[in-house]
Amino acid sequence: MINNCLQYLEYNALNYGEKLALADESFSLTYKEYMEKAKVIGSFIAKKTNSTTNSPIAVLIDRNIASIVTFMGIVYSGNFYVPVDALMPKERIELIYKTLNPILVIDARQKDVSEEGTVKYEDILDSSEIEEGLLKSIRDNAIDTDPLYTIFTSGSTGVPKGVCVCHRSMIDLVNSFEEAFDFKHETVFGNQAPFDFDVSAKDIYNALKVGGTVQVLPKKLFKMPKMLVGYLIERKVSTLIWAVSALRIVSDFKTMEDGDVPKLENIMFSGEVMPVKALNYWMDKVPNARYVNLYGPTEITCNCTYFEIKKRFNDDEMLPIGKAFKNTRVILKDEKGAVIKEKGKVGEICVMGTCLALGYWNNKEKTDAAFINNPNISAYEQKMYATGDMGYYNDDNDIVFASRRDFQIKHMGHRIELGEIEVALNAIPNLDVSCCLYDKENEKIVCFYQAKEECKKEIVMELSKKLPKFMWPNVYVHYEELPMNKNGKIDRVKLSETFKKSEEK
Amino acid sequence: MEQLIKIMSEIRPDLDFEKETKLIDDDILDSFDIISIVSEVNEQFGIEINVNDLLPENFNSAAALYDLITKMLNE
Repeated sequence: MINNCLQYLEYNALNYGEKLALADESFSLTYKEYMEKAKVIGSFIAKKTNSTTNSPIAVLIDRNIASIVTFMGIVYSGNFYVPVDALMPKERIELIYKTLNPILVIDARQKDVSEEGTVKYEDILDSSEIEEGLLKSIRDNAIDTDPLYTIFTSGSTGVPKGVCVCHRSMIDLVNSFEEAFDFKHETVFGNQAPFDFDVSAKDIYNALKVGGTVQVLPKKLFKMPKMLVGYLIERKVSTLIWAVSALRIVSDFKTMEDGDVPKLENIMFSGEVMPVKALNYWMDKVPNARYVNLYGPTEITCNCTYFEIKKRFNDDEMLPIGKAFKNTRVILKDEKGAVIKEKGKVGEICVMGTCLALGYWNNKEKTDAAFINNPNISAYEQKMYATGDMGYYNDDNDIVFASRRDFQIKHMGHRIELGEIEVALNAIPNLDVSCCLYDKENEKIVCFYQAKEECKKEIVMELSKKLPKFMWPNVYVHYEELPMNKNGKIDRVKLSETFKKSEEK
Repeated sequence: MEQLIKIMSEIRPDLDFEKETKLIDDDILDSFDIISIVSEVNEQFGIEINVNDLLPENFNSAAALYDLITKMLNE
């Protein structure tokens, strides 16, 4: 019986111990080495924390395999991991730690950097040994609803929310993926997504499920796309589970020349709507690959629907997000909570099943608001996650994404609450008040701010202390006084119209 | 050069482009910045920086990028 994700790792280490499991630009590990290092880390944590379990352990991540090994080490200790990007502003990291209260912080970054109050990955490996007995007793007590990881995502009130996912949800995901896409032992996953995004969990765990290989792709390749294509060829990458924005870097710059394209079997993407034009570029250059549009928020463990692209779409058509994975139920709900069956009618996408996260870590209020009881069932309780995404059925009964219900946006593959940016902006001394909108066409976050004088530079300097780079607005519009609507709120409609007009000029 | 610094500072007001020399190697610019800079430079200088020019040595500093632009303008 599989009730813990580590069983996949152990199966591979036992049966294909010498197989390449993980590789980054400088290092690589076989399955046997992968498991042994993870066990060392797990033993160290168990001893250090007196066998505390089901508690959060933060990991300062890098684009390296040490980060993945650390994750598994934490899982061995019976705790769960929380990836943290150390390049984020200090204030935001502190905000996350405040919510999380981690029992330990492990630094998995390269050797020459260190942070006070953390333990280095290498130091653990150099100083500790595997304690099989200890690890066994931890595992014997584990159940599949124990947390596996928590990933933080933007929160509209300015405080990031930690989505807490259990083993069972991940086991469900890798089984439904394997069935839908027949990944193999030979599959080489080219990991693009940073480890603090759950897109990367699909590389880590799908590879574990089938005994495949994860190639961690260096970040700089995604700025220099020609080098990226060369690297994919060199490392024999066969499967991409990427953010749409990453695939678009290759297509936007028309990077691939005939005969010089990677041999890819699966090209799967998620995070935002894939423009058909970019997709068609890929389909022209790599015609024999399987193309899949994946959809789902972190709260339902990566993805809940998929659409395999088997025909050519026109540049102006919308790609559907498709149908639910096996063992997942996806419905559309109208404002009154009734289930929508008819085609074309827009409703909120709601998800049920084992894939649902345990909730937001240490945040009952937000958890109760988003993970509701299915209103159509009264005899027993069934949890349902209301995504806030609106969609409708097309003629083939595939769901098509329509819009958002709130002020959440998708920008360069990141999920951002405009409210969180506004909270940070409004705290800047010389700025009275602000409002952010998303210019979808040009893919820019536009900040409208009220201040006595233009102060863009000051704003950016202040934001850089609080928000990660991907949340900084791209355009700043200064107002001495922002327009208000009848209810005394900033008039977003008017701002949007005025901005569009000025852009057209 | 002044024009280029202005373009780059407009996109990343938090950086001092006169001083930075490891914009790519140290992960200072992200892909969004690169795309924004390339499209602005192409438009304002009337050149076509293409994918083959997207190399760390051309983007690590404003001076390096300026050399690329000058080279392309002279071609």
